[in-house]
Amino acid sequence: MKPEHGGYGIYLMVWVALLILTGLTVAVSYVHLGMMNVVVALLIASAKASLVALFFMHLRYESRLVWGFALTPIFFLALIIAGTLSDTLFR
Amino acid sequence: MSGRSTHHGPGAAGHEAHMDPTTAREAATLGIWTFLATEVLLFGGLFTAYVIFRIKYPQMFYEDHLELNRILGAVNTVVLICSSLTVALGIAAIRKGKVMLLRFYLFLTILLAATFLVIKYFEYMEDFSKGLYPSTDIFFSLYFMMTGLHAVHVTAGITALATMLVLAFRGRFSADYHTPVEVTGLYWHFVDLVWIYLLPLLYLVG
Repeated sequence: MKPEHGGYGIYLMVWVALLILTGLTVAVSYVHLGMMNVVVALLIASAKASLVALFFMHLRYESRLVWGFALTPIFFLALIIAGTLSDTLFR
Repeated sequence: MSGRSTHHGPGAAGHEAHMDPTTAREAATLGIWTFLATEVLLFGGLFTAYVIFRIKYPQMFYEDHLELNRILGAVNTVVLICSSLTVALGIAAIRKGKVMLLRFYLFLTILLAATFLVIKYFEYMEDFSKGLYPSTDIFFSLYFMMTGLHAVHVTAGITALATMLVLAFRGRFSADYHTPVEVTGLYWHFVDLVWIYLLPLLYLVG
């Protein structure tokens, strides 16, 4: 077993951070910022996703091999979105 | 999930698998991450459709997203975040061999997951009463498809968590062996991750 795994304290801190970020993203959605609304919302969502993956899914303590397994689908998803956009945008 | 474990008396020390315990645990971890990769791409197809149509019909997405109940969407986010915490705490407990605490946290997680589905049910009812259906337009097609597929995952998660709870009651898990709980936890966090992106894309910025 890995003793350095996060304990109760770290989980509670991550939980509080996730709640604060959720409140923040909902609050910002009531402010009209134009295009920046999307950017801010996605940045906050990605910050939350990183917290969940790093601490709750304990990616932080995993080997490079597991990191590879976790990041590969993100790469392919980006490829699919970019590839499809390059087609539909320039028709 | 991981294959059937061999005979386990309560508090049995060893896990008599075909590999040594550390290797077995690593294989299970890679297995669930591989499964989650296919899940990313399953939802990824819908996210791609979302991006394409949002660029094509920005006005429709803007007007339609105002019809959704932002507060209920946010409340459900909080519910899922809490359920992620409880399952993480359950795993932290069983790592120290606290089986009672694991059962308690698993039960709490299932309760929160069910709460999510109940809230989602009332949301759908509200949408239907406003005459909003999957056939209304592309935004609502995507909204119902993405949240619907997510709800199916929540249901599958409840099944997996309930299975873990039953196994925990049968005394299958200990500080030395609890890989199925860890694997179920990873799946459950993934379900939370998907919702973290659905909230802003569907409810907040449309």
